[in-house]
Amino acid sequence: MPASRSRRVLICSALVVVLVLMGAFAAACGESEEETTTTAAPGPESTTTSEAEATSTTAGETTTTAAQTPEEEYVFGMVYVGPYNDNGWSQANYEGGLYVEENLPGTKMVYVDKANTSDRPGTTVEQLAEELLAQDAKMIMFTSDDMKDGALAFAAAHPEIPVLHTSGDGAWKEGKDFKDLPNLSNVMGKMEYGKMIAGVAAALTTKTGKIGYLGPLINDETRRLAASVYLGAKYAWTEYLGKDPAELTFRVDWIGFWFNIPGVTSDPTQVADNFFNQGFDVVVSGIDTTEALVEAGKMADAGKETWAIPYDYVGSLSEAPQVALGVPYFNWGPEYLKAVTAAREGNWSTFFNWIDPDWADINNPDTSIVGFEKGEALSAEAAAKVDEFIAELAGGLNLFTGPLNLQDGTPHLADGEVATDQQIWYLPQLLEGMEGQSVSE
Amino acid sequence: MTESGSTTPTPVPEGPTRPGPAEAGGKGRFSRRTWINLGLQLAALVLAFLLTSVVLLVAGAPPFQAYIEIAKGAAESFTDVSNVLVAWVPLLLASAGVLVTFAAGLWNIGVEGQIVLGAVLTTWVLRLLMATSLPPSLIIVLAMLAGILGGALWAALAGVLKTFGGVNEIFGGLGLNFVATALTLWLIFGPWKRPGIGSMSGTEPFPEQLGLPTLAGERLSLWSLALGLLAVIFVYILLERTHAGLRLKAVGLNRRAAFLLGVPTWQYALLAFFVCGGLAGLAGAIQVTAVYHRLIPSISSGYGFLGLMIGMLIAYRAIWVAPVALFFAALNIGSIQLPIVLKLDSTLSGVLQGALVLLVLLVEGARQRYLRRSRTRAV
Repeated sequence: MPASRSRRVLICSALVVVLVLMGAFAAACGESEEETTTTAAPGPESTTTSEAEATSTTAGETTTTAAQTPEEEYVFGMVYVGPYNDNGWSQANYEGGLYVEENLPGTKMVYVDKANTSDRPGTTVEQLAEELLAQDAKMIMFTSDDMKDGALAFAAAHPEIPVLHTSGDGAWKEGKDFKDLPNLSNVMGKMEYGKMIAGVAAALTTKTGKIGYLGPLINDETRRLAASVYLGAKYAWTEYLGKDPAELTFRVDWIGFWFNIPGVTSDPTQVADNFFNQGFDVVVSGIDTTEALVEAGKMADAGKETWAIPYDYVGSLSEAPQVALGVPYFNWGPEYLKAVTAAREGNWSTFFNWIDPDWADINNPDTSIVGFEKGEALSAEAAAKVDEFIAELAGGLNLFTGPLNLQDGTPHLADGEVATDQQIWYLPQLLEGMEGQSVSE
Repeated sequence: MTESGSTTPTPVPEGPTRPGPAEAGGKGRFSRRTWINLGLQLAALVLAFLLTSVVLLVAGAPPFQAYIEIAKGAAESFTDVSNVLVAWVPLLLASAGVLVTFAAGLWNIGVEGQIVLGAVLTTWVLRLLMATSLPPSLIIVLAMLAGILGGALWAALAGVLKTFGGVNEIFGGLGLNFVATALTLWLIFGPWKRPGIGSMSGTEPFPEQLGLPTLAGERLSLWSLALGLLAVIFVYILLERTHAGLRLKAVGLNRRAAFLLGVPTWQYALLAFFVCGGLAGLAGAIQVTAVYHRLIPSISSGYGFLGLMIGMLIAYRAIWVAPVALFFAALNIGSIQLPIVLKLDSTLSGVLQGALVLLVLLVEGARQRYLRRSRTRAV
C-alpha cells in the first residue's frame, strides 16, 4: 500500500516534470524557429545572418581572448529599441554595426536589443547602456527616438563616453531641445526624400485613390515623415497623373509606438487590415516592422488588389515581394563607421548630422544613408517615373516649398517660401489634405 | 486527520503549501524535519537549475557560462548590486503585501493593478503640485501617500467586489488589472501626454528635485530601500506577532470556523486587501519617484506577479521574503547580460523562476502526501 502510494507520487512528479520540460522545449523550439526564419530568407539577408552567427559564435570566444589583448580591440555598444532581427529599423541599425565591424578591423560590437520597458520590464535604457559598458564598450549608440531621455541622462552621467543618439536633436544647437553635452552627438538621414519617393510609388499605383499610412507614435519625426509621403504622393498625383488633388485620399492611423506591443499599442496587423478593407489599396508603413506588407500579401493572396511599402530595412521586401512597391531604407553603416572611427581615435566632438542621400546613387551602400529599393510589384512604367522623380530631387526639387498649409489650414509656408530645417524637423501638424491625428487626442 | 480533504470554495492556498499544523507538531522531531525540509527545498532548487540547464542546452548555449554571466551581471560591480536593490524594493513590497492577503486565504491577483494605481495617483499628485511653491520633499511625501492610498483603494475595490458582489477575487483582480492598464494608457495618450507627442513611452519626466534622492552616480535610493525593508518587518510583525495577524490567519485557514469563533471575517478580508494594496501602491509610488520619474504603461514591471510567485515559493512565511526576493531581483538584473554576452533571451530568468516555483510546490506537495501517509500509518 505505501509502496503504491509513493509510486503514485513519483509518477505524478514525473508527469509534471515532463510537462514543464515540454513547455520549455516548446519555448526553445520557438526561439530556434525564429532563427531559422531569418536564415531562410533569401538574397542579401542570408549573408548577413551568417555574419550574425559568426559574431555570435565569436562573442563567446572573444570574452576569453579579450583578456589577453584588451588594448587592441575597440568595443562599441549599441542599444536597439526592437529585436535586432525585426526586418526593419532595428535590423538596419544592427547591420550598420556589422558594417563597422567589417570595415574597421579591431572593432567589436556589443549590443542589447528590445530596449524598451515592455520587453525589458524594470529596466531603463541608461541602465542597459551601462550593462554594455560592463562589456568594455568605449562608446554607446542609442538608436531610437524613444531613447531620447535615456540618451541625455546617460551622456550627462558619463561625460567620458562618446554618445551617439540616432534620430535625436539634443546636440542640435539651432534645435528646440539643445542640451549642451560635449559628448553627445546626433545623426539622422534625410528620410523625407525616401518617404517622398515612397509617396510617388504609392500614388502611381493606387487604383482607388486611397493611400493609407500606418503610423507609429506621434511626434515631430513621425509627423514630418508622414507629411513627406503625402507630398510625394500629391506631387505624382497632380504632376505625373494630372489628377485633381481633391480626389486623393491620404489617411494616417497611428498605433502608439514604433512596433506592436500587445495590449498597449493598437495592433498594426488590424490597422493595416482596416485600411485594405476600407478601400485603401496601398498602405505605406511608418513603423519599425513589416505588418503592412505581410497583410497586403495575405489580401492579395485572397484575391484583392493590394500593395504595400515597408520602411527602414533594405531586406524587408522579402516578406511579400509580390505586393511590394519598394522600400525607403536607412543605410547606417557609413555614418556609424565615421562615428566609431572618430571615437576610437579620440577625435570625438559633438555634432548634429542630418544627412542627404548620395544623389549620385542613392543605393550606394558605402556612401548613401538613405536609399529606395524598388519592389517587384512596381510596374515598369511607374518605376521609370520613380527614377525620374529621384532625378528631379537630385536636381534640387524641394516639395517643402510654399504655399503649404498645416492640417487645420494655418499657413506653414508662404507662396514660394522654402522650409528651413527647423520648419521641417519640427513640423507641428500634419498637412492640409491629410486625414488623421496631428497630435494625440 | 481529514481536514485537508475538506473542499474549499475558492482556490485558497490550502493544505500542502501552507504553514499548517504539520509544522507545529511534535517538537522532538522538529529539527530532523527541518533538515528534511531544507534538503527537499535544496533538491527543488537543484532540479530547477537542471531543468533550466536542459533548456539552455536545447537552445545551444552553455549553461554553466550562462549562470556565471547572471552572477556577474548581478554582483560584479557596485552599480550591479545597486541595480539589484532597485529591483528588490518593489519586489519586497509586492511579496510582503501578497503575504497578507495569502494569510487571509485570498489570491490577490490584482496586485499588479494596485501597483499601477499607486503609480497613477503618485503621478497625479506630483503633476498637481509641481508648479506650486511647496517644498519638493513635501510634494514627494504627499505623492507617495496618495500612491499608497490609490493602491489600497484599488485593492479594496477587489475586496468589496468579493465580499458584497460575490466576485471571486481572482477574476475581480484580473479585471481590475485590465482597467488599471487601460486607465494608464488613456492618461499617457490623453490628458497627460507630452506636448506634441502621442507615444506609449510615457509622460513628461518630472524634474530631478521631484524624485527620491539616489546614491551619487547610482539609481538606488536609500529612502525606497528603507521603505521596502520596513514594509517586510511590518508584515512579519503583523502576521507573526500580533493578534490581528492571528485572526487573519484564522480567516484564511477556515473562514467558517473563524466566524463561529467571533472573528469578523469579511472585515478582516477587506483589511488584508487594504494592507496589501497599500504596500503595492507604495511600490508603484517608488517606481515613479525613484526609478522612472514618470508614468509608463509597464510601470508595475511585472513585480506584482513575481511577488505572488515568491509568496508561493516561500510557502507564505514572511521571514523568507527578503532573501528570496533578493534572489529573484538578482536573477532579473543578472540575466540582462545573457543577450549581450551569449545572445540568449533574458526571459531565461523567468524560466528559472517559474521552474523553481513549480518544483518547490511539487516537492512540498510530495512531502505533505508523505507526511499524511506516515501520520495515518501512525494512527
